Amino acid sequence: MSEQRVAGTAPLIQARGLTKRFGTFTAVDAVDFDVQPGEAFGFLGPNGAGKTSTMRMIGCTSPISDGTLLVLGMDPRTEGAKIRGRLGVVPQQDTLDNELTVRENLIIYGRYFGFSRPECARRADELLEFVQLTDRGKDLVEPLSGGMKRRLTIARSLINEPDLMLLDEPTTGLDPQARHLVWDRLYRLKQRGVTLVLTTHYMDEAEQLCDRLVVMDKAKIVAEGSPRQLIERYSTREVAEFRFPAGVQETLDGQFEGLGSRIEKLPDRVLAYADDGEAVVIAARERGLHPETVLVRRSTLEDVFLRLTGRSLIE
Amino acid sequence: MTAAAMTRPTQASPWATAGRVFEHRARQYRRLYRASLFGSFGIPALFLTAMGFGLGTYVDRTPDTVLAGVSYVQFLAPGLLAASLMQTASFEATYPILGGLQWNRIFHAMAATPLEGRDVALGNIAWITLRLTLVGTIFAAVIVAFGATRSWLIVFAVPVAVLTGLAFATPIMAFTATQRTPDKFAQIFRFGLTPLFLFSGTFFPIESLPTFLQPVAWLSPLWHGVAVVRALMLGTIGDQPLLAAVHILVLLAITFGGALLAIRTIRERLKRG
Ligand SMILES: Nc1ncnc2c1ncn2[C@@H]1O[C@H](COP(=O)(O)OP(=O)(O)O)[C@@H](O)[C@H]1O
Ligand SMILES: [Mg+2]
Repeated sequence: MSEQRVAGTAPLIQARGLTKRFGTFTAVDAVDFDVQPGEAFGFLGPNGAGKTSTMRMIGCTSPISDGTLLVLGMDPRTEGAKIRGRLGVVPQQDTLDNELTVRENLIIYGRYFGFSRPECARRADELLEFVQLTDRGKDLVEPLSGGMKRRLTIARSLINEPDLMLLDEPTTGLDPQARHLVWDRLYRLKQRGVTLVLTTHYMDEAEQLCDRLVVMDKAKIVAEGSPRQLIERYSTREVAEFRFPAGVQETLDGQFEGLGSRIEKLPDRVLAYADDGEAVVIAARERGLHPETVLVRRSTLEDVFLRLTGRSLIE
Repeated sequence: MTAAAMTRPTQASPWATAGRVFEHRARQYRRLYRASLFGSFGIPALFLTAMGFGLGTYVDRTPDTVLAGVSYVQFLAPGLLAASLMQTASFEATYPILGGLQWNRIFHAMAATPLEGRDVALGNIAWITLRLTLVGTIFAAVIVAFGATRSWLIVFAVPVAVLTGLAFATPIMAFTATQRTPDKFAQIFRFGLTPLFLFSGTFFPIESLPTFLQPVAWLSPLWHGVAVVRALMLGTIGDQPLLAAVHILVLLAITFGGALLAIRTIRERLKRG
């Protein structure tokens, strides 16, 4: 697929004070970030955080309201068409043509970029192979499963051998098996050195795919780093989760103080953050707490998000 | 330079980029043309038989000053030709356009590539032009087969009827791009097109309307179209060539104005997402 450009270490995307307003509402509020060649960069945040608005500005389909943005070293305001010619875009909502076959969808998309018909046909066959849809090539798009449509959209976004891929929630709404198939393809692209920018509100997706990510909430970037760095910075190594029988948790006010380095009370469970989760569980027993279930697990980006915003990623 | 960069086409002209949108629409049509062609032959034949000959038998029996020796089917055929392209054009400027913006969102897919709103608008207008030309040519062939034209100038009547259709297509397309649902389309058809269909000289000369109503016809693009199409098919275009030119200019002005507007509204819509 696309080879990395060797032109130094200039970032492929550079945003400073990037802002998107819809009327008086600010969807993206002065965010700064860089995306380096070859990395998989993520925007992690809940619905409405401003991820899609950011992606559409990078994709040069939505004009920026304020700040500066450089994509592939060019200004979207003046060189939008040229930039778009080198991007591979997987939008949040599928934009496939249900009236055409799977293969035709790829060919016609290649034509948008101005490739010759034989060239489009050749690439279409190659890409169908890559996303494991060769045997569906002659079928209409409509009866395909959600996961297949997503893979087709990914194949479509690769037809111009993009320098940079923008994936907006690539697996939202897919069942676990379909998600893993998509992840597997994205992982391969990553190994080939394709630069990926993706948004997600799944912390496991961010952890699996992203070398580096920013956490977005309410139009702002609240943290930036690799998944591991973020967990180290904003959480502990482990978490002990306590669940109590209905009605009991409310009666236990104050009894968790001092267990681990931090306590989060969620409606259905209590989380105790500590580098040694087992020790916290033992300490809780010694205090006479009798949870229904106890789970000790490693910290995830979900915990980072909870720490940063006081809310869960998926409401 | 990477391999990808070398095979990447260079900057294309606006004609070429709009052409890619046109190509997409044409590819979609390949699946539908059989059913659609049947309608293109069937509807005109039905109308000409029922109205031209059925109704015409009665009309032609009455002593007549307005039609001036022209048989009713010959009077009616040009009106039907222009009106039918008005309807095809209006349909093509509503549902398929809203579909691409709202339902399957293929126009948003285009906007994520080197194509942009202008290409989407112009490519669709080009597609509608071809579609109207096909429908109009078939309609004209049926008219000729029915012996309902007096002049070989019907050859020029088809492009004028196409232009009449476009004068509806472009402004309606501009409106469609501001909509999220098809709710208002039914109103356009019911309260916009149906009265025009009835009162633009399609079925009877507007001279039969009360005098104070007659100038209103100037506001109807269909009336301008019907007037020229009829003059061509009856062979009377030479009688008032200047008036015919004015009619054409009005249609051109509406078409171009509508196209500029459509480029704007489609562009805005694609930016909004
Ligand atoms: N075209 C638009 N017009 C008005 N508001 C919008 C538009 N697009 C998005 N928004 C608003 O901007 C905010 C961020 O939306 P979005 O970027 O889609 O977030 P995310 O992708 O993170 O879910 C939301 O509150 C949304 O309602
Ligand atoms: Mg989104």
